[in-house]
Amino acid sequence: MYIIDSTELHNLMEELIKRGYLLIGPTVRSGAIVLESIRTVDDLPRGFGDEQEPSHYSLKRRNDAMLFGFVVGPVSWKKFLYPPRLTMFKATRAGKSFTIAPEGTDKNRKLAFIGVRPCEVSGILMQDQVFTGGKYVDRAYKAARDNAFIVAVNCTVTGGNCFCASMGTGPGATRGFDIALTEVLGGGKHYFVASAGTPRGEEVLGAVTQREATEPESRSALDAVARAAESLTKRMDIRELPQLLKDNFENPRWDDVAKRCLACTNCTMVCPTCFCSTVEDATDLTGMHAERSRRWDSCFTLDFTKVAGGNIRPSIRARYRQWLTHKLSNWMDQFGTLGCVGCGRCITWCPSGIDITAEVDAIRGNSVHA
Amino acid sequence: MKHETIQPPAAPGEGLRLHTVTVKKVIWETDDTFTLQIDLGEMGETFSFLPGQFNMLYVFGLGEAAISISSDASQGGMLAHTIHRVGTVTTGLAQMKRGDVIGLRGPFGTAWPITAARGKDVCIVAGGIGLAPLRPVMYAMLRERTAFERIILLYGARSPLDLLYRVELEEWAKEHNVEVLVTVDRGDSSWKGYIGVVTSLFSYLKLDARATVGYVCGPETMMKYTIDEMERRGLAEDQIYLSMERNMKCAVGFCGHCQYGPEFICKDGPVFTLPRIRHLLDKKEL
Amino acid sequence: MQTENLTEILRQHPFLAGLSDAHMEVLIGCASNVRYAEGAPLIQEGEIANTFYLIRTGRVALETDVNARGKIRIQTVGPGDVLGWSWLISPFRWHFNALAVAEVRAVALDGECLRKKCEKDHDFGYEMLSRFSHVMERRLEATRMQLLDLYTTSPGAHV
Repeated sequence: MYIIDSTELHNLMEELIKRGYLLIGPTVRSGAIVLESIRTVDDLPRGFGDEQEPSHYSLKRRNDAMLFGFVVGPVSWKKFLYPPRLTMFKATRAGKSFTIAPEGTDKNRKLAFIGVRPCEVSGILMQDQVFTGGKYVDRAYKAARDNAFIVAVNCTVTGGNCFCASMGTGPGATRGFDIALTEVLGGGKHYFVASAGTPRGEEVLGAVTQREATEPESRSALDAVARAAESLTKRMDIRELPQLLKDNFENPRWDDVAKRCLACTNCTMVCPTCFCSTVEDATDLTGMHAERSRRWDSCFTLDFTKVAGGNIRPSIRARYRQWLTHKLSNWMDQFGTLGCVGCGRCITWCPSGIDITAEVDAIRGNSVHA
Repeated sequence: MKHETIQPPAAPGEGLRLHTVTVKKVIWETDDTFTLQIDLGEMGETFSFLPGQFNMLYVFGLGEAAISISSDASQGGMLAHTIHRVGTVTTGLAQMKRGDVIGLRGPFGTAWPITAARGKDVCIVAGGIGLAPLRPVMYAMLRERTAFERIILLYGARSPLDLLYRVELEEWAKEHNVEVLVTVDRGDSSWKGYIGVVTSLFSYLKLDARATVGYVCGPETMMKYTIDEMERRGLAEDQIYLSMERNMKCAVGFCGHCQYGPEFICKDGPVFTLPRIRHLLDKKEL
Repeated sequence: MQTENLTEILRQHPFLAGLSDAHMEVLIGCASNVRYAEGAPLIQEGEIANTFYLIRTGRVALETDVNARGKIRIQTVGPGDVLGWSWLISPFRWHFNALAVAEVRAVALDGECLRKKCEKDHDFGYEMLSRFSHVMERRLEATRMQLLDLYTTSPGAHV
């Protein structure tokens, strides 16, 4: 464990820039904390916190100088690894034939993610499974991922919709980062306890700080994370949840939630693990040039399961059930973990305030196994 | 092994790379269904597939469609896809002429476990276009006809005019000792064959249930009735295989569209053993 | 000799599988062996329904006349199947035509004869009715499936 004083955090950022990384981090924009390109510590949301409830998000001023005194905003890191829109190839007609020029993300672009929350680190690891863990590898994703440097920041504050502890993804990160920081503010001191998770993280830390954390400093950091864990008010009971949901395919709660769900797709757009996409093909007016692009899709759209002469999931009931059951049951069969990290975004950004933890509780309550 | 479908290795080019291939011939099988013969050209040297697998076919600017391969897997450089013209892409494919170029990536998905059927009776039940992904099975079995005991093909179509591969059906029956029973949903007075659902054909057969493997492909409702009939006749559920179909965009498990409960039809299927998916078959709006 | 043969034939027909000897004896009194050449009619729409057939070999097509559209073939029955149950249900008239599309050998059972025996011996009547209701149920299920016109669409093919 090393110490980086809050006044030295810029050293870490500069070191990463020096190594060719473009920094992405949290910053205040339009009344929310979003993730954008940043350059200095001054771009970080110093002294800002956020207030989150079902269907509610607001920024608030903190009475301190915490740089990471908030939880998660509407934007997840997903969009930097798995872009919302990606041109897959361009094709040009040549007589009866055509040529194909593959596109994709800029393979040389190196991004450093500053301030990745532990739940988000888990989200990235889950998407790694989807896009690189099987027989096929999404090369654009893999390139972006291989080039991404992850600076995680453990949570010492929690939000009203956070339930990471239930999902085993936070508030402290245990893996998946190059460097993990814990911000400690108190007793006139403001510093970060830092540890490396990879050799390159170790290398960067070595270039930025030599001072090892003292026992009390390390303890302060651990205590801060432990206090955050205790302050979590939201929980999800995941005991035998995959099977419970399989057994409750016809639970009446699906009818109830269907009355509230607008199928607006917000939850899937803000979710750090949702990965569904669709493709669009187009030609220009001359008909000589064609392009195929991939964009985020959502299992809440009616088009998602369109088939000749009908639709597999015409009802919102079935679409909500698909979403929740995929996350909390089928994901386990597909990828060996649950597909939810407990970040609470889907609760915050749902216009109807549908709370995934409450839905799980209700299904458990009505369960055929209850 | 015998209870599992075959998971072939990944398609070349990591599955997402499109290759250009040349249309050799368009054969109209019925009013709305045609077979597209494709010359793989250079790609043919590395391309191989197993019966039951599918390709993604791309029409310039229009998009892609998932289409099962309906040709003989031993004929490397030549591929055939039998296609039902229903939407934009398949209509685009229908307008292809000899020498036109389309995009292709694949092959994808699981295969019918033909080796597991060696030494046994094989009962194939196909409905409509569902015969297309089973034709490569016929080719493979007929190449070593003696390795199998009885080969039974029950095939149902909408009307006599909707029957696929009519010449081959006769050839299989006459020259290769295949018990071919064909039925249609509606006929006219020129049709002397069976009329009725494909499951009704079972009453004209005596199956040795303990030595029979069942391959089923067709509309889901037809497959469900067929499974009922096969089990009523004593076939073990782990000897029954079926091929599923869903809307798909990527074919490699990324786009999420073809999810069927925990299964991705594109990579865990399309061919499944019955025990693996039977708990999903009766779920509505899954 | 003739009767013995007929018993043997009837025993082999799936419709009568497991029928008791006593009931078989009742039945046999109403049965006769029949043969129809290709194209020959077995049943004419509108006529009195007084027979049913246990098909042994060949194929029978059921047709109905839809005026301008001509004759529509709805279904075929073949070896092991039963043809006709209108003899059981008032007003005992056929609602379709049936003709042999491949030479047919069958056992014809006299409906009136059977109806009398069913009324006299209710156990026998129950046996017949339960066998027929099974056939009807299967036939109805098949007809429903036929009505779905399943082959016109498929879940993957929409693009």
